[in-house]
Amino acid sequence: MAVQLMQGNLACAEGALAAGCRFFAGYPITPSSEIAEHLARRLPELGGKFIQMEDELASLAAVIGASVGGLKAMTATSGPGFSLMQENIGYAAMAEIPCVLVDVQRTGPSTGLATSPAQGDVMQARWGTHGDHPIIVLSPSTVRETFDLTVKAFNFAELYRTPVILLMDEVVGHMREKVELPTNPEVVQRLATDVPPEWYYPYEDGGADVPPLAPFGTGFRYHITGLFHDRAGFPTERTDEIDPWIERVTAKIERNLQHILLYQQDEVEGARTLVISYGATARSARHAVGLARARRHKVGFMKLQTLWPFPIDAVAEAAQGVRMVVVPEMNLGQLALEVERVVGRHKVRRVGRANGQMITPDEILAAIEEH
Amino acid sequence: MATAERFDPYVYLRTKKKFPAVWCAGCGNGIVLGALIRAIDRIGWQRDEIALISGIGCSGRMPVYVDFNTMHTTHGRALAFATGLKLARPDMHVIVVMGDGDALAIGGNHFIHAARRNIGVTAIVINNSIYGMTGGQTSPTTPEGALSTTAPYGNMEPPLPIAQLAEAAGAALVARGTVYHARELDQLIERALLKEGFALVEAVSYCHTTFGRLNKMGTAVEMMQALKDNAVTVEAARGMTAAQLQGKIVRGVLVDRDIPEYAARYQRLIEAAQASRLGALGHNER
Repeated sequence: MAVQLMQGNLACAEGALAAGCRFFAGYPITPSSEIAEHLARRLPELGGKFIQMEDELASLAAVIGASVGGLKAMTATSGPGFSLMQENIGYAAMAEIPCVLVDVQRTGPSTGLATSPAQGDVMQARWGTHGDHPIIVLSPSTVRETFDLTVKAFNFAELYRTPVILLMDEVVGHMREKVELPTNPEVVQRLATDVPPEWYYPYEDGGADVPPLAPFGTGFRYHITGLFHDRAGFPTERTDEIDPWIERVTAKIERNLQHILLYQQDEVEGARTLVISYGATARSARHAVGLARARRHKVGFMKLQTLWPFPIDAVAEAAQGVRMVVVPEMNLGQLALEVERVVGRHKVRRVGRANGQMITPDEILAAIEEH
Repeated sequence: MATAERFDPYVYLRTKKKFPAVWCAGCGNGIVLGALIRAIDRIGWQRDEIALISGIGCSGRMPVYVDFNTMHTTHGRALAFATGLKLARPDMHVIVVMGDGDALAIGGNHFIHAARRNIGVTAIVINNSIYGMTGGQTSPTTPEGALSTTAPYGNMEPPLPIAQLAEAAGAALVARGTVYHARELDQLIERALLKEGFALVEAVSYCHTTFGRLNKMGTAVEMMQALKDNAVTVEAARGMTAAQLQGKIVRGVLVDRDIPEYAARYQRLIEAAQASRLGALGHNER
């Protein structure tokens, strides 16, 4: 594909199409609306479906319905809408329905600052819906990465039969960059079952972590519910059926961390200070690290693309031997909590802000030079 | 139909391990379920083509019992899930069953907009005037003055008229039956299933376990008798005054109009979008 100037939200929409997304349901909200607007035009051209729903509750519900019907499906929103989607994130996790949610973060809580960036939904993305559940959360920091991680989000959703959340932010969503998009990104198709209907169990497949999901209307008549269920999908209250389910859905993520955990790092070996960042803030952090290195500070840099599951081992390893870990993020220390959990509180220097302004490289540089 | 094969309900039921049902003895939900599968049997649809989707509450358990593609969704959202499925699979027959609280309180917004879009879904609302599963709390259709566990001094709020709401919002077909008039309910559901577009059937039922007990309305049989006594046909209602219709349940097809169905319209939109794109490409090439 040719080199072009492209907005982050458009790269997300194009990434979805490249990944095979053929259904979008959403509700207008700044700063994510360009994704819906672009797909409203593009999806029907490709034989796909777009629908603007009455709210975000309905949007994710329709996405799950379409996914059950066999289409790769997505919604996009921002904080206030993301809050409303929490109930059906839980449903998708419980029923193991692949789907992708994009949250172009703006400043909260509540209506907050509608057009200003934030990274305040990190914890909500992990724990926003009630109950323990697996989830995958990815976060891009460039336009090209937005395209790539959107494709990954769909691949992970299909591979692991799980909702996947793409945490963008207003800066990455609205920023325009020069990009050259890949023409044939690696795309995962939904796993098809090879057993006849009478042998099919939507929640058990001979010990595999991820049983294939047969779309509705293809001859496999089964039940889907948000209740705890047995291998056939029917409600159960038996702990000998509930416990294996919990074990399996936890394992389907835990056993594949090597594939799911995405991050980039450089010069972490021998570093005295490590900077860990993600999303738009990683851009400031990357610049600050360059400035610090020019001043002969030994600074390692780690950019996380997968936020959840948190890359515990990678962070622990990168932080080994450093005196301080600086974690800049546009919130009051949400991911820093995880870093503290891994490397110890005394080592972590939070650089947080939640007033709608980006964190500047100078502020991060000051934190690096503080000790 | 002497020559036709005898109707066998077991073809449609997941009899092996799903019964007895969770519903109380005497509940009207089983009658609605019976009417639904009799209607499907008469039409002759295959089980693979049918999706039955529900929300939360006593009605929410219905899909468990039938051998279709079944989905028990979140409270109030069944129509939104169904909208996604119908758009993804316009060839499937998508049926949604809800209770009055499910469809009109927590799901009221989805109800209005599913009707407005005229998405090709058959919506059956079992109206028992109460939240049954949670123990008898006030619902949007609880009559004014009636007692509930959350209205111990009597309900202050007027009930929401389901059928009029669906009509105003744009449903293609609106019908009302009762669980006493079971054979008529078969026919109303059959009409709704065959209708292109959003078709609503309000199945008036009762909850003797909670509403009936609190309001001293007697047994299931007595509440059934009350449905019989209070229901009048659409035809009879036309000759009655407003005063005479007070407290009556008007049963029959209330609205039947031809409006283009949403999923089919979207299919035409796809064809147009693809044609204009090809046209644009051709233009560029020239």
